[in-house]
Amino acid sequence: MTPTTSTDLSGPVAPSGEIRPDNSALVEYVLSLADDSLVAAQRMGEWIAASPQLEEDVALGNIALDLLGQARSLLTYAGSLQDPVRTEDDLAYLRDEREFRSVHLVERENGDFAVTMARLLVLSTYQHAQYTRLQNSTDATLAAVAAKAVKEVDYHRDHATMWVLRLGDGTEESHQRMQVALEAEWPYVEELFGNAHLDAALLEAGVAVDPAGLRDVWQRYVDEVVGRATLTLPDVPPAVTGGRKGVHCERMGYLLAEMQHLARSHPGAQW
Amino acid sequence: MVPTGSTTGRGDWPLWEVFVRAKRGLNHVHVGSLHAPDAEMALRNARDLYTRRQEGVSLWVVPASQITASSPDEKDAFFDPAGDKIYRHPTFYDVPEGVKHL
Repeated sequence: MTPTTSTDLSGPVAPSGEIRPDNSALVEYVLSLADDSLVAAQRMGEWIAASPQLEEDVALGNIALDLLGQARSLLTYAGSLQDPVRTEDDLAYLRDEREFRSVHLVERENGDFAVTMARLLVLSTYQHAQYTRLQNSTDATLAAVAAKAVKEVDYHRDHATMWVLRLGDGTEESHQRMQVALEAEWPYVEELFGNAHLDAALLEAGVAVDPAGLRDVWQRYVDEVVGRATLTLPDVPPAVTGGRKGVHCERMGYLLAEMQHLARSHPGAQW
Repeated sequence: MVPTGSTTGRGDWPLWEVFVRAKRGLNHVHVGSLHAPDAEMALRNARDLYTRRQEGVSLWVVPASQITASSPDEKDAFFDPAGDKIYRHPTFYDVPEGVKHL
């Protein structure tokens, strides 16, 4: 799952070492990118064999695997920046809840299919804006991961858009459930654009993308989809969150238990 | 665009036939079928089901209900008369060397 470039993700020192102000700040940033994708992939995977249609099983499975692929590249990179070096598996399976940097949006329970599509619309539109800009990162590894990921999340966004349009502008019931789904996800939108976890030096060096700067392009796209789907933009206050600081909601513990228990019960197991 | 048939509930999405072009210059080839609520979604489902391993550069989806097929009962009348007309095959020409696709 390494990106299709010559960038070597396995080395202990990244090629762009000198422009980096400080490893720990960069690790924090890379983990925030990686964990959004990793946790979203784990949740999305719960739909496999439970989707409305066989075709949708495959589509959601593909999307989850794309997200997992992004997470793997990013975790490998984050691990390579640490001393001693940690592998992607170390970071995915052996970190505790408070060490995860993902937003609350992706860790909550799935709900119905409309909720999953609302969440995917929110997430993929955000990730699309993020990876589009991250392609120009001065960090060669992040730029390479972003260049590969942007095409993947473009498709995720398209898939979510198709369904939000069809459910929103569908039957009375589908419209109503799609609207309820938007209301459920919207309190968790704000957290995506928070940048308190981000070291200003990373922004100055052109390594990181400021999430706050993605708000406008995100809003434009989502507004248009919601409008065309004959839905109403929810007007709800933001939820209390703290994912970027490692403060997660109750459901995160269950998600991690399922994701990590095998690797922790059988350390070093191979299959 | 919308094929005939009910699309009201789970499980009764219409059937679509999928054609994939493996690379530029080749024909679209029938690869299978799938269910989807409409043409746009059929195209996307086809992408997920039939081009996961880079099998294609172009996709067609056609409502299965729009395909008129020959019937097995008519097989003899349709195909047998061509059986003994070898002059219809271009086998009497010398093929120049280096021609790959004939």
